[in-house]
Amino acid sequence: MNAMTQMQGLWPVLPELVLGVGALVMLMVGVGIHQTERSAFIVNAWCIAVMVLVAGLVLTVPAGRTELFGGSFVVDDYARYLKLLALTGSAGALMLSLDYLSMDKQQRFEYGVLFLLATLGMMMLISANDLIALYLGLELMSLPLYVVAASNRDSVRSTEAGLKYFVLGALSSGMLLYGASLIYGFTGTVNFAGIAKATGQGANLGLIFGLVFMFAGFCFKISAVPFHMWTPDVYEGAPTPVTAFFAAAPKVAGIAIFVRATMVAFPGITHEWQQIVVFISIASMVLGAFAAIGQKNIKRLMAYSSIGHMGFALVGLAAGTQEGVQGVLVYMSIYVVMTLGTFACILSMRRDGMLVENISDLAGLARTQPTMAFFLAMLLFSLAGIPPLAGFFAKFYVFLAAIKAGLYVLAVIGVLASVVGAFYYLTIVKVMYFDEPAKSFQRMPGLLRLVLAVAGLINILFFAYPGPLLGAATAAAKSLF
Amino acid sequence: MSWPILSVVTFLPLVGALFITLVRGNDNLAKNTARWVAMWTTLVTFAISLVMVVRFDPASAEFQFSENHPWLGVANYHMGVDGISLPFVILTTALMPLCILASWTSVQKRVKEYMIAFLVLETLMVGTFSALDLVLFYLFFEGGLIPMFLIIGVWGGQRRVYASFKFFLYTLAGSVLMLLAIMAMYWEAGTTDIPALMKHGFPLGMQKWAWLAFFASFAVKMPMWPVHTWLPDAHVEAPTAGSVILAAILLKMGGYGFLRFSLPMFPSASHDFAPLIFTLSVVAIIYTSLVALMQEDVKKLIAYSSVAHMGFVTMGIFAGTTQGIAGGIFQMISHGIVAGALFLCVGVVYDRMHTREIAFYGGLVNRMPVYAAIFMIFTMANVGLPGTSGFVGEFLTLIGTFKNNIAVAFFATFGVILSAAYALWLYRKMIFGTLKPAVASIGDIGLREAVIFAPLVVLTILFGIAPKPVLDMSAASVAQLLDGYNKAIAAPKTAELTPIELKGGAPVLIPVSAVR
Repeated sequence: MNAMTQMQGLWPVLPELVLGVGALVMLMVGVGIHQTERSAFIVNAWCIAVMVLVAGLVLTVPAGRTELFGGSFVVDDYARYLKLLALTGSAGALMLSLDYLSMDKQQRFEYGVLFLLATLGMMMLISANDLIALYLGLELMSLPLYVVAASNRDSVRSTEAGLKYFVLGALSSGMLLYGASLIYGFTGTVNFAGIAKATGQGANLGLIFGLVFMFAGFCFKISAVPFHMWTPDVYEGAPTPVTAFFAAAPKVAGIAIFVRATMVAFPGITHEWQQIVVFISIASMVLGAFAAIGQKNIKRLMAYSSIGHMGFALVGLAAGTQEGVQGVLVYMSIYVVMTLGTFACILSMRRDGMLVENISDLAGLARTQPTMAFFLAMLLFSLAGIPPLAGFFAKFYVFLAAIKAGLYVLAVIGVLASVVGAFYYLTIVKVMYFDEPAKSFQRMPGLLRLVLAVAGLINILFFAYPGPLLGAATAAAKSLF
Repeated sequence: MSWPILSVVTFLPLVGALFITLVRGNDNLAKNTARWVAMWTTLVTFAISLVMVVRFDPASAEFQFSENHPWLGVANYHMGVDGISLPFVILTTALMPLCILASWTSVQKRVKEYMIAFLVLETLMVGTFSALDLVLFYLFFEGGLIPMFLIIGVWGGQRRVYASFKFFLYTLAGSVLMLLAIMAMYWEAGTTDIPALMKHGFPLGMQKWAWLAFFASFAVKMPMWPVHTWLPDAHVEAPTAGSVILAAILLKMGGYGFLRFSLPMFPSASHDFAPLIFTLSVVAIIYTSLVALMQEDVKKLIAYSSVAHMGFVTMGIFAGTTQGIAGGIFQMISHGIVAGALFLCVGVVYDRMHTREIAFYGGLVNRMPVYAAIFMIFTMANVGLPGTSGFVGEFLTLIGTFKNNIAVAFFATFGVILSAAYALWLYRKMIFGTLKPAVASIGDIGLREAVIFAPLVVLTILFGIAPKPVLDMSAASVAQLLDGYNKAIAAPKTAELTPIELKGGAPVLIPVSAVR
């Protein structure tokens, strides 16, 4: 009986348990069966199924707020929303990977298992409610990411990307840990609510130091300026589906913990952290916009684009209000969809069996592959924030919150940066629509078509039925306050 | 009136566009199907919009054919037209079939995509004029950039890439600031509903900033000097129908925006900034007219003349008089017809000779008498000859401004003379003189082209002789707009009085300036 009630108490953490067990089962199955491309493909496909199952479980977790494990793990609407989003990002990226891995003869079962483990880390990160759980989640997420970045082990670029990511990631983890220890030292607790109580009367210098170090760690994970330097190199070097994964899911988890830690643990010193977030946000938006202009490689361009997008998402956090958090959630949701759709197109840039990565390779796509060109163009306009596409609404809600919070300078710089950003997205559209066709790409594999069609349609039709997403985001944001 | 007629007019072209996407193949049959689908869609849309004219009650200043559904939480799907917006809706729906017809043979490349772009553009344009919610308005207003960008870039001339980028980025840069102002207005008034915001009465400090933000957007769109430089490039590079839409409708969004937002929502700021507008308008009228005199490219000349004519519109709107505003609306409608027709005229010779250089042509009257006559009518309308629609608009805006500011009206009148100079110069160069050998074999207009020009000629002369239908349609709305405007700018003596609670006494009113 006692055991039964204890088991029932674990109900809210069931998705994580299933995901963890699922990852281990897949690992054992993968080791046990014949080591062929075909069986590896099946294991990886099953990993997607595990993620879908976990997403279903997240939906069935009892509503309301529950704290477990002595208050270090929290399940609320905010966590549920972001877990679903992170799972979408991971599952989408894994779907994008399957055909790529088969074609490049790199199909290995570890790939899917690592995705599962990284996703488990993300889910723990999203639910973390104290500094220890935060660090555990962050590391569990990061370690598999270092490995998948280097998963094409015969390629110099890929291994270099993995190594670079690992060294810098370890550095940032160290900074984060140092900041956490300072915060613990000055407040005497690791629990977010406890820290909030301790900082209620204002901050002392040591605490601010700790906060800045922690922010440095977060900024590294979400690749915000000034901790963005690794992004272009890792994005370019890693296998393309891994880049898609990096661009989508870990960003969600990173932003999730950034927002939760800041909003829940430091509401008393809003004024102190707000100026830091405003600076990071402006720097990311501006750098993302200007640095992307000169890029020739589409993966590098997407790296700078993602830096810019993190800047826009942080506009909502800078507002420091419930509207702001809602804006961040809407932004991240739409960002994940747009990113997956765009990478589905990038992964289809295959000519004579080789993946090409230059923007000029897209020349005349509108005539050789009109449907793909249309969806990609719409995704790019959406990334630029042009209405009536989904990306406009993403920017709309964060700036709406910023205006309410009176952050006019941030808002004006932000929208002007989005105009500069529009330039390089337009350049790609120009290459696809205005230039003379280059040699046609290979036929798009089925799974990529599926991802592109779903992402593209959500992107175009979002304006017609925005209710569900907005409602869920509002509820999720409310649960933080 | 149970069916949502306004939504039907707005979204029917989109349905047509979806239908064209279903057309397969790239042969002549597919091209013709696309053309006919686009033709019929725009014709039916036009017919339904005429039903709106019949059912419209011009005596009422209220928004009619209203539809209101929950949408974003922040904003609602609120549509409706009044006497100010209906003429623009009709102008849009009326010109679209002509544009499709004008592109019938001149566009041979990617016909399906071309027709889809135009139909999507029509939906967005009609939506812009009939949206009664700021966010919805912004959605349509900015959404139009995408199809127009593609129209200029894909089907444009030599420097199309430069022109399309310039068009897109200029307009976007202006508009994002307006978006921020929209958000600030939402937090101030708690709604983005346009009728509600018109009654809201914004604080003076905010009016100033919001007015400037809206001005940034509309001034670029209008376009006003000195942010007009995107227009000549866009016009020159766009295909004929694209130029027509640009000149006839997209430019009008700026003027419509001033009438719909700046004047009723920020009346005091509009009053305070009127000198700025007057200055820019007069500079636009005189300077761009002089620039037009120097052009070697027909389209560029007409583009500069458009900037000059839009100067009359802004001047009239901000004169704050009945004649000025009514004249501004009329001038926009008239310019929509006349400038559209002039670009179509250029299109006729361009289709035959593939050059727009003025010096290339000469003596066309010898080979193309009908064309010469049509071109003459529109040239005269562009000059503002009495009896054509161009005269009514210019005359009313000048009278309206004269009542308010004699100096501005005085300088603006030079624009009328200068417009005669460049328009007649262009006409003489191209149509009269000896027939140049290069154009010796040019043929006169055919039946299809005659069908395009016939309604435009009729309307130009009809509105010139009897402008009353158009003026009547908007009279009630203009009167209401002006009523609110005059109340608001007369108010400073009372509105700036703030009730101050004195201890133990009744509230007394003291001027704000004293409080500051």
